[in-house]
Amino acid sequence: MKFTEYIKYLLIGLVFGFVLIKSEVVSWFRIQEMFRFDSIHMYGIIGLAIIVGIISVQIIKRKNLKDAEGNPITIPPKDASQVTRYILGGSIFGLGWALLGACPGPMFALLGSGLTIMVIPILAALLGTYTYGILRPRLPH
Amino acid sequence: MLDFLYQPWPWYVAGPVIGLTVPALLLLGGKMFGVSANLQHACAACNFGNVEFFNYDWKSVGKWNFTFLFGSVLGGFLGGYVFANPEPIQLAASTITDLQALGIQDFSGLVPDDLFAWNALGSVTGLIVLIVGGFLVGFGARYAGGCTSGHAISGLSDLQLASLLAVIGFFIGGLIMTYFIYPFILS
Repeated sequence: MKFTEYIKYLLIGLVFGFVLIKSEVVSWFRIQEMFRFDSIHMYGIIGLAIIVGIISVQIIKRKNLKDAEGNPITIPPKDASQVTRYILGGSIFGLGWALLGACPGPMFALLGSGLTIMVIPILAALLGTYTYGILRPRLPH
Repeated sequence: MLDFLYQPWPWYVAGPVIGLTVPALLLLGGKMFGVSANLQHACAACNFGNVEFFNYDWKSVGKWNFTFLFGSVLGGFLGGYVFANPEPIQLAASTITDLQALGIQDFSGLVPDDLFAWNALGSVTGLIVLIVGGFLVGFGARYAGGCTSGHAISGLSDLQLASLLAVIGFFIGGLIMTYFIYPFILS
């Protein structure tokens, strides 16, 4: 991959990080508010993001659109038969999401906003990821 | 005129922009949006102890995503530092009341200063929030095969049942933490 090919990912990421801050999705307060069902804010954001995503993925699939390099766009299906993995793993993620008040994207956007303490949860998340990698053969999926 | 750069964006503007990340990555690079994969690629780049799960060519699958992530950090810098909103978040009054009852005092920024400052590492509460919270996010995201972006946004955009299960899990865990565990951690 050449340097110019990276720029598009950098720009999409930049817009994403900017919106995460401007929408206050990165806010511990907003996550607390969401899990208390006190505001439409987070549900509106996630809901509309999904609707826009569904419409665009449907258009891409039905028109068989190709990506910028001319390759066919394929979306690998996830194996929904692994119910344990999604419900149990998802619940563990949810415990952390509510506790920290940030999921992976917001952790990094907050770091960029100057909140240097986010280095600590990012390192902890890397440790968690690594621990999963070690325990994976012994965990139910 | 540049007000929109400083002010918070309403949910009906921010939601669609976040959703457009999915087609933008698919159309421009054939890539599936998912942030937590970066944590896995970072482990693969180091892979102390040669763990099988991290034994793959992280460069070929992960370089674009690291670039995206670096962009997100820059976006966070622009949105939260250069064009930072000086006003406190317009939170629901009931949330503020609940949190004040739990001892949260600072509502001025994006996160409470009581928990998200370096000196918070000196308190048990701070350690639990920052370290246990981060650990569970990393562990759970990989166990579930994705996080909020990979499952709730990307996966549901592709109408994947697996992602719906994962999102149900996110809420099971989130509600248990908010209603049954957090009150004990903060008190």
